[in-house]
Amino acid sequence: MSYELIGITVLWLFLYGYLIIASIDFGAGFFAFYARLTKQDHLINRLISRYLSPVWEITNVFFVFFYIGIVGFFPDTAYYYGSALLVPASIAVILLAIRGSFYAFENYGSKKSLVYLFLYGATGLLIPASLSVALTMSEGGFIVKQGETVSLDYWELFTNPLSWSIVGLAIVSVLFISGTFLTFYASRAEDHAALKLMRNYALFWSTPTIILALTAFIYLGQHNERHFQNMMDLWWLLGLSVAFFMIAMWLIYNGRRYGLAFICVMLQFFTAFFAYGIGHYPYILDPYITVQSSATTPAMGFALVAAFIGGLFLLIPSLILVFKLFLFDADYVKGKK
Amino acid sequence: MEMDTVLWSRLVTGLTLAFHVIFATIGVGIPLMIAIAEFIGIRKKDPHYTLMAKRWARGFVITVAVGVVTGTIISLQLALVWPNFMKMAGNVIALPLFMEVFAFFFEAIFLGIYLYTWDRFKNPYIHWLLTIPIVVGAGMSAVFITTVNGFMNQPEGFVMEAGQFTAVDPVQAMLNTATFSKVFHVLSSAYLTGAILLAGIAAFAMLRRGVKAYHKKALNLMMAVALLFGMLNTLAGDVSAKFLAEHQPEKLAAAEWHFETESGADLILMGWLNAEHEILGALHLPKFLSFLAFGDFNAEVTGLVEFPQEEWPPLLVHYLFDLMAGIGFALVAISLLYFLFKIWKKRNELNKWMLRLIALSTPLAFLGVELGWFYAEVGRQPWIIRGVMRVEEAATTSPTVRTLFFVFLLLYILLGIMCVIVLRRLFNNKPAEVEMEKWLKENPNQTIEKGDPAQ
Repeated sequence: MSYELIGITVLWLFLYGYLIIASIDFGAGFFAFYARLTKQDHLINRLISRYLSPVWEITNVFFVFFYIGIVGFFPDTAYYYGSALLVPASIAVILLAIRGSFYAFENYGSKKSLVYLFLYGATGLLIPASLSVALTMSEGGFIVKQGETVSLDYWELFTNPLSWSIVGLAIVSVLFISGTFLTFYASRAEDHAALKLMRNYALFWSTPTIILALTAFIYLGQHNERHFQNMMDLWWLLGLSVAFFMIAMWLIYNGRRYGLAFICVMLQFFTAFFAYGIGHYPYILDPYITVQSSATTPAMGFALVAAFIGGLFLLIPSLILVFKLFLFDADYVKGKK
Repeated sequence: MEMDTVLWSRLVTGLTLAFHVIFATIGVGIPLMIAIAEFIGIRKKDPHYTLMAKRWARGFVITVAVGVVTGTIISLQLALVWPNFMKMAGNVIALPLFMEVFAFFFEAIFLGIYLYTWDRFKNPYIHWLLTIPIVVGAGMSAVFITTVNGFMNQPEGFVMEAGQFTAVDPVQAMLNTATFSKVFHVLSSAYLTGAILLAGIAAFAMLRRGVKAYHKKALNLMMAVALLFGMLNTLAGDVSAKFLAEHQPEKLAAAEWHFETESGADLILMGWLNAEHEILGALHLPKFLSFLAFGDFNAEVTGLVEFPQEEWPPLLVHYLFDLMAGIGFALVAISLLYFLFKIWKKRNELNKWMLRLIALSTPLAFLGVELGWFYAEVGRQPWIIRGVMRVEEAATTSPTVRTLFFVFLLLYILLGIMCVIVLRRLFNNKPAEVEMEKWLKENPNQTIEKGDPAQ
């Protein structure tokens, strides 16, 4: 396997990782706010903050990691995506800044405020929406290139149903992933009131998720025939995705094995995400950048892979420690520590 | 029009960096102070020091949050505002950027554990051990990012062929000639500033609420750390100047207003220039520039006229440099004075004027860091990668950056104000004395070291 292929695979894995943990975080923010509005916050907010407190920074790092990785392995992406996404990415990063700092202000500062919580909840939905522009753009047809100048065609972006269906899918997926995770977390904490509420949220957001996934897929077919056909050739991956979704729904609906249900949701998104990614190959930005054309020099590629492996040896034990101390320590989850 | 976009691109980046560097410096400096305080607390069994570590960590995490989000902003802005730079530099200097993320990741994980496990281990040293990955992670983040800045000043580790980088050696690019002096200076100044910040807070608290044992101990500890790193920082500054004299003479010459190449060059302090580039109203220290640059009063120092005028850095950097160096020396002097007063029994080292001076040194230290970075960046003009890529070749062509400047300005004002409000609320409602008393009530078997004037 060539280093650029290793690079893109690892980066795609990291993006998947970001998708899952950021969704949990973003969705939790929205649920916390929504619960406060509907006066149910006493049921779930303690649970949410207990999970989020130790991990929020880690979420942010996943994002920067993916970004630095893609710029390192495929420097052309910096030029194209950087030029075109000046506005949407600036918006996303401003929202991320507001979200991160206000979370810390609320959590480590002493005062609870509805404004903080609103910012925290609203940004949780707006960030995935603005970040999803990068995915839409990668399908091609949204970039104007005049000489050396690359810019985004906003009219095309805002009038294209594909971009809106991707935005919609991003938002509902966030809520669905988060809902199923918090259902599992509540069941682990043996917090029955929270469990009931989160289970309802999870069930509620499942249907829009599958409908919007289908819609986005259909619009993709109209926009980028090649990508669509490639994904159709991976029909078995898509089929697996639907199967995992159904297992997860069945488990949650019947109120059993919430942990397994969440794993099924993770696998549902894993298979769909990789079907999408493999179908996209070899393009990183259709039709300007391919994995091969934009790859960095072999020396740099090798150095990055080596640094990555070295880094994992450092990080995996540390992450296991975090999970042991917070996520899977039953006493901590239940609030006894 | 195009020049305009370049200017706004520089302003956006300068603004973000100026804001980020405050929090980055705190982020690198404070963990070491927390580690020292917790260690002494365990060693001496003195709960005052443990409380210091706790309170500093509590405030620290808020600044970390702002540092994280502004760090995310600057990393994205590199590609958004400087797409051509990132494309080119990505080929050569992506490695340290990549490793920085790992270092930060490592730090973030252990900071999360540290904050939530104060009472989870029986052996207090285990909790203290958690500070090591935090200090190391924060320090390594600074090291990696500084190597990138070193590369921009002293690009190495590649061959240029037809506008493309070939024969790239990422490790050599990272360990370029500029790296050592820069890393040394960045780390020493961050630890110095961290110590001065906490010393300043202790001094300020004593000015407002009188001398308390807690603040007295904090001040004494931090002044000792400040003295150590203040001296190391002076050494680092000297190493940096000698590096510039040898490898980047135009930057040093611009900072020193040294136009003609000559032996036994004078050091020029402050002053101003007339239209003919004649220096007026400055203080001349004979032959000192030669000494500072090469350790020899008669060494030859390259002057600015050796370089084409369109490649001169703005001559304004003279002031940035002089003020930065002046602040560096002042900080060492203040910490020396404190210990002189302490040793010389007749004087009270906690007198009002000394405390005021120490409190004042906190904003000075941050100003020094800012001036130093502005000197480093403005002094590299007109290059973004010295000798390889000019700033205007690197910038985005989108005029939207102008609007973004104001949006980001608003964001930083908001974050800055909120951060101050939250920190004030966090500590004003809970002075250290009150917290200490509460702790003593909960742990009646512990005693505080005797001989302190008050608790």
